Amino acid sequence: MSTESPTPSSGSTDSRPRRRRLPTWRLLVYIGLGLGVLVMMIPFLYTISTALKSNAFVFTPEFFPRNPTLENFQTAWNSNNFQRYFLNSLKVATLSSLLTVVVATTQAYAFARMQFPGKNLIFNTYLITMMIPGMLFIIPQFLQARELGLLNSHLGLIVFYVVGSIPFQTFLLRGFFESIPRAVEEAAYVDGAGRFTTFARVVLPLAGPAVGTSMIFSFLGNWDEFTWALTIINDTSLRTLPIALRLFQGQHASQWGLVFAASLIAIVPVIIVFIIFQRSFVKGVAAGGVKG
Amino acid sequence: MTRYSLATKVRRAARLRRPRVSAWKRGEYLAAALFIAPGLIWFLGFMLYPLVYSFWMSLHDWKIRGPSEFVGLANYARVFTDNINLIALRNTIVYALLSVPAQIVLGLLIALGLEQVSRGKVVLRLIYYLPVISSWVVVSLMFMFLFNSEGLFNYVFGDILGLVNPNTAWLNRASTALPVIALLGVWKGMGWSMLIYLAALQSIPAELTEAARVDGANRGQVTRFVTVPLLKPTTLFIAVMLTIGAFQSFIQFYIMTGGGPVHQTEVFLSYMYTQAFNFLDFGYASAIAWVLAVLILAISLMQFRLIKSTYEY
Repeated sequence: MSTESPTPSSGSTDSRPRRRRLPTWRLLVYIGLGLGVLVMMIPFLYTISTALKSNAFVFTPEFFPRNPTLENFQTAWNSNNFQRYFLNSLKVATLSSLLTVVVATTQAYAFARMQFPGKNLIFNTYLITMMIPGMLFIIPQFLQARELGLLNSHLGLIVFYVVGSIPFQTFLLRGFFESIPRAVEEAAYVDGAGRFTTFARVVLPLAGPAVGTSMIFSFLGNWDEFTWALTIINDTSLRTLPIALRLFQGQHASQWGLVFAASLIAIVPVIIVFIIFQRSFVKGVAAGGVKG
Repeated sequence: MTRYSLATKVRRAARLRRPRVSAWKRGEYLAAALFIAPGLIWFLGFMLYPLVYSFWMSLHDWKIRGPSEFVGLANYARVFTDNINLIALRNTIVYALLSVPAQIVLGLLIALGLEQVSRGKVVLRLIYYLPVISSWVVVSLMFMFLFNSEGLFNYVFGDILGLVNPNTAWLNRASTALPVIALLGVWKGMGWSMLIYLAALQSIPAELTEAARVDGANRGQVTRFVTVPLLKPTTLFIAVMLTIGAFQSFIQFYIMTGGGPVHQTEVFLSYMYTQAFNFLDFGYASAIAWVLAVLILAISLMQFRLIKSTYEY
């Protein structure tokens, strides 16, 4: 986009330095985007503000708390097993995303580079299941988990989180492997490397960023997962953060400051992960989205 | 002994003379099987099998204990005669109509705006994207509080501006709850369409817009007559994805209204979940899920056909 050129009417005086003043249209764009950002931030800011209010003032609507206090954050962090929920979420999300990535990466590579009977059939089955609402699986999977004794356990969360992300992650990573020039691998084969050596030593290092992105995606998805955890976890001590927050709100219906302090602690890791990996994340969304 | 080793030598020589390709071609199926197996077995066991099982269940009056009775399509007949599904359909359509176009338009506007700015682009994009990565549970709780009868919204628009009754309990009636939940949907989702639009904008060749500029079009005209038409496939894609998403909404409804009062704010999945895990009517709940799946499939096929017919530019 020719963002640098001035407005058409000033075309004749093009020779003077362009950066002297902000063109009106650009100023307007900044104002519009700024206002938008403000509106977008209101719910977050008000949440922070509420979390900083002591309980007596939660329903006083002012935006800036009169006597801000960190009391809610301390209480939330130290109460109701909160630290345990945090660790539960960390454990489940980390293990699930690791397993997903291992399984999806090897599979995606085979779909991208190898020939075998049934290849298209399997891959198309993956694509079709991606179009089926995830909630359809919740009932049969619940009964299956009950049969296998996986109810009320973290293993039950992990097994089904992994399978839930396999089709999409395989699809995403296959697209990536296909974009690597074949010549790289052919060079390795000519040098006498086998399938597995080539994959491990040549392809995987190249795929690092893509595999990382895929792992972040599935980590964030599992960190936030609510419905399946709500359905199979009964024990208080096994809860993950999303269901803990929901039940927390149920128990402390009027203690919104506490609920929001806990919520903010829960979304901080997500925001940090996102800020650190922003670039590859944005690329991943674009790739997954555009190919769809 | 000698003869044997000679034969081996000949065989080795022959193998060397053949092109390398076929040497690893022979191990191809085995290698592929090893690469595919873990994921495929996992998928077949915990996804495809449950899928088939779910359909099987939808044909039964499913009992948690004891034998289930095969009832054919009775559960499906019930889906189409149960009034609450009609309410769910209405609510889903209203929610989609309120939230999808707004997400598309706002996402596009933000993306076009961001394309124009040189400074602060990354920070602005981050802020617009924050709601997308925030958990549904947290943002649902946030909006519950904002639209509480004593919440900020009533304070600003009721007590200060006098535009609404300051005691309105927004989430207690379908007519007010749906717009609030749709507002949450727009707020949470427009960052996603912004990001897809940004990616698409980057793929538009600069020559096209520059050519229009040279021909005397102003900035607004370039956007209106060149950029936006070029984004049409992207727009349709976003529309499909958002519509599918809207039809699958669950958490925000489950947390903010629970489908109540008396099923007035029910959507398909909240009703399905209640049927399954409150009433333990797994057969009927499965039938609801399948009808929804077919409905979503039909809508996306329709929209994809639309994309195909308008893709050429």
